[in-house]
Amino acid sequence: MKKRSLLLIVYIALSMLPIYWMVNMSFKSNAEILSSFTVLPLHFTWANYQTILTDSSWYSGYINSLIYVTINTVISVTAALPAAYAFSRYTFLGDKHLFFWLLTNRMTPPAVFLLPFFQLYSTIGLMDTHLAVALAHLVFNVPLAVWILEGFMSGIAREIDETAYIDGYSFPRFFTTIFLPLIKAGVGVAAFFCFMFSWVELLLARTLTSVNAKPIVATMTRTVSAAGMDWATLAAAGVLTVIPGAIVIWFVRQHIARGFAMGRV
Amino acid sequence: MNKPVNQKAWLLVLPVLICVAFSSILPLMTVVNYSVQDIISPERRVFVGTEWFASVMRDRELHAALARQIVFSLSVLAVEIPLGIALALSMPASGWRASAALVAVALPLLIPWNVVGTIWQIFCRTDIGLLGSAIKALGLEYSYTGDATQAWLTVLLMDVWHWTPLVALLAYAGLRAIPDAYYQAARIDGASRLAVFRYIQLPKIRGVLMIAVLLRFMDSFMIYTEPFVLTGGGPGNATTFLSQYLTQKAVGQFDLGPAAAFSLIYFLIIMLLCFILYNWMQRLGTPGRADK
Repeated sequence: MKKRSLLLIVYIALSMLPIYWMVNMSFKSNAEILSSFTVLPLHFTWANYQTILTDSSWYSGYINSLIYVTINTVISVTAALPAAYAFSRYTFLGDKHLFFWLLTNRMTPPAVFLLPFFQLYSTIGLMDTHLAVALAHLVFNVPLAVWILEGFMSGIAREIDETAYIDGYSFPRFFTTIFLPLIKAGVGVAAFFCFMFSWVELLLARTLTSVNAKPIVATMTRTVSAAGMDWATLAAAGVLTVIPGAIVIWFVRQHIARGFAMGRV
Repeated sequence: MNKPVNQKAWLLVLPVLICVAFSSILPLMTVVNYSVQDIISPERRVFVGTEWFASVMRDRELHAALARQIVFSLSVLAVEIPLGIALALSMPASGWRASAALVAVALPLLIPWNVVGTIWQIFCRTDIGLLGSAIKALGLEYSYTGDATQAWLTVLLMDVWHWTPLVALLAYAGLRAIPDAYYQAARIDGASRLAVFRYIQLPKIRGVLMIAVLLRFMDSFMIYTEPFVLTGGGPGNATTFLSQYLTQKAVGQFDLGPAAAFSLIYFLIIMLLCFILYNWMQRLGTPGRADK
């Protein structure tokens, strides 16, 4: 037992090192980063965070990201719920092909869709809106949500559905009042993964936005390419992008722990 | 128990179809459209048939990028899957320690991809980075921007750091779904830890492992952002993977036709590989599946 937890502790310690280093740098000034090498900041400073939280070109990036990630997560999970139910409960013409086709969208490199998205959204006037990024991210999030939810739904006995229908429940009423509470954990996990993949994606988010909906990840690349690396601000911005993820994962930790793909195991 | 046939289920799938059609079928058709035309200006376009496909297929750089990509993806799987399983096995089953371990292990997953690149940049630079300075202090030559092998290994290490948590999470969830009765039975039989793993845990987590392998394979096959930020595809072409190469072509040089033809070939390669993998694992998983 001891040996096994040792592996875990060593792994976590090692995997925290890069993050720790970024946090460490975010409390230093640029001059200190470049001149001296210390494991803790010598002159502890909040200045980098102040820069980000007071400069609207920085903090609006966070707001933009959160907006499109939320829109995307809501649409993905809402659309995926009935579809996952259909896949887990019924056989219908072309269901297996359809399921695989959905998965292929998850497999498609976003780079493939880059140009068409650009043209499509320019044509219909969605460029540089939160909706554009949210819609673009549906490509990989909807299939994933369907996949995860289908796994959870298949873990629920079909007798429950049948009993409910015999008792005179209509499909929408059964689905919302009985079925949904049963797969709450699945919805949580699906939402978590949609949030995650939309939050971390850069290529599409950067290409489809310029000013109004510019996500934080794109704001950061701008700083990377600017002359004279502003390492300290970059590190602080990086730390702030990790925080929403850490919060979200804290909320779903129980659900993930309770069994990811119950029906598939 | 077989699922009942119900064609009305299509209605339930409809919302997904509409979403995905808008964001996948339409763009894909545009790509097909580009791939057979030479677009000189928005008004002037010439139908060129399969010319772009032919030229892309003969592209030596593409062959090299594909080879690098395959080696990279296989290395990723070879490291991350065993490591992920080992981690999952060593995580506590319940209590606050389980929660803390889960959050700590999963944290790298929630970091935006370009921030991952940035983190590793400031971690590996020999002047300001912890790892870079540490290796230099040991007296070794290290430069992820200068040496091809080291750049490649750094990208691999970054990917392992970034994505092993996903495998661990999935495997962990699979392990938690195993009823205690199995372990009790194994204890009565006096099974060794290895036997428990081989005959109980491994078969039981096969389903989620399948998801993990598929996800890791697909995602590593389209890796773009992290190496883009860390190495920019260099030195030379050492870490230029398929997506990098495609983006260079499409956005950098704006070669719409060849880029589109390349996109389609790329798409087909991925689909083919995943189809094989998916079917192979489905077959592998079928006899042991509890619901069959």
